[in-house]
Amino acid sequence: MVLNCQHVWAEISNYIDDTVTPELREAVEQHLAHCRHCAAVLDSTRNILVLIADDRTFELPVGYSARLHARLQEEIDESQR
Amino acid sequence: MESPPISEGTTSVTVKAQIPQPLPGDSVVAREAGLIARIVAGERELFHELVRPYEKAVYFAAFSVLRNPQDSEDTAQETILKALKNLHQFRAESKFSTWLVTIAINEARARLRHERMIKFETIDDVTDEIDGHFTPAVITDWREIPLEALERKELRELLQEAIASLPELYREVLILRDVQEINIAETASILGVSEGVVKTRLLRARLMMQKVLAPQLASKRSNLFGLFKKKGGGSWF
Repeated sequence: MVLNCQHVWAEISNYIDDTVTPELREAVEQHLAHCRHCAAVLDSTRNILVLIADDRTFELPVGYSARLHARLQEEIDESQR
Repeated sequence: MESPPISEGTTSVTVKAQIPQPLPGDSVVAREAGLIARIVAGERELFHELVRPYEKAVYFAAFSVLRNPQDSEDTAQETILKALKNLHQFRAESKFSTWLVTIAINEARARLRHERMIKFETIDDVTDEIDGHFTPAVITDWREIPLEALERKELRELLQEAIASLPELYREVLILRDVQEINIAETASILGVSEGVVKTRLLRARLMMQKVLAPQLASKRSNLFGLFKKKGGGSWF
């Protein structure tokens, strides 16, 4: 199986998630070994995913949890009256 | 195709999204089932304990649709109250967390529809169709970004703005899958679509992020990451 660059881009997400068949994985890796452009696309995509998965990228608003549980408690109190 | 020059030494880092998300142990499921039974029987105070591990997931599920912190927080509160009210309808066919996040997504979508009706806005006309010729960003000298750089507000804002700029369909799937690290099967269940649709949207979302962010991260690297040097004095880039 020989893949061109567009085939590799179409599979890059499944490749990162490891949901491609062993045959397709091998074909992608063969392409990556010879195409520095696609290898860089893969690296940059992976690295961006690492950054957005980091807890520091998306933080909860200050006081969110306290307000949530206070509102919940109001509801519980009201339902028990 | 003609490729631009790529400098040597591209590196990659371990991707959390690659790691299969562990299923909750039987103990978690059994503990939650026990709590749910007691809450339905009248011990409503225990609902605090039941939802506490998922309050962040609920907020970001709402945020994936609404993009606005205040609306997302309001929706998260509505989600929790709705879950309490309807807890007797919960069936253990799905995980409690999946059920809760599904409510959050639906509540957020309802709020968005309402706001659009008021503002006479049209919804995103994005479909699942993928044009076969999506081109990633051309990058010539990508290097690993040190995670310490996330201490810098400018980088966090760059990432948040890039996600906020995605069309809704892609933003939802990216936040569920790559920010909250929910697996593909559960993401499909939450969004009410097939796993194939999740994979298709995820591909598009990830490549859009790459296309938007890679050039910006490369061009701003000296400002963003100038403080971070490799051992031996070399730059990270």
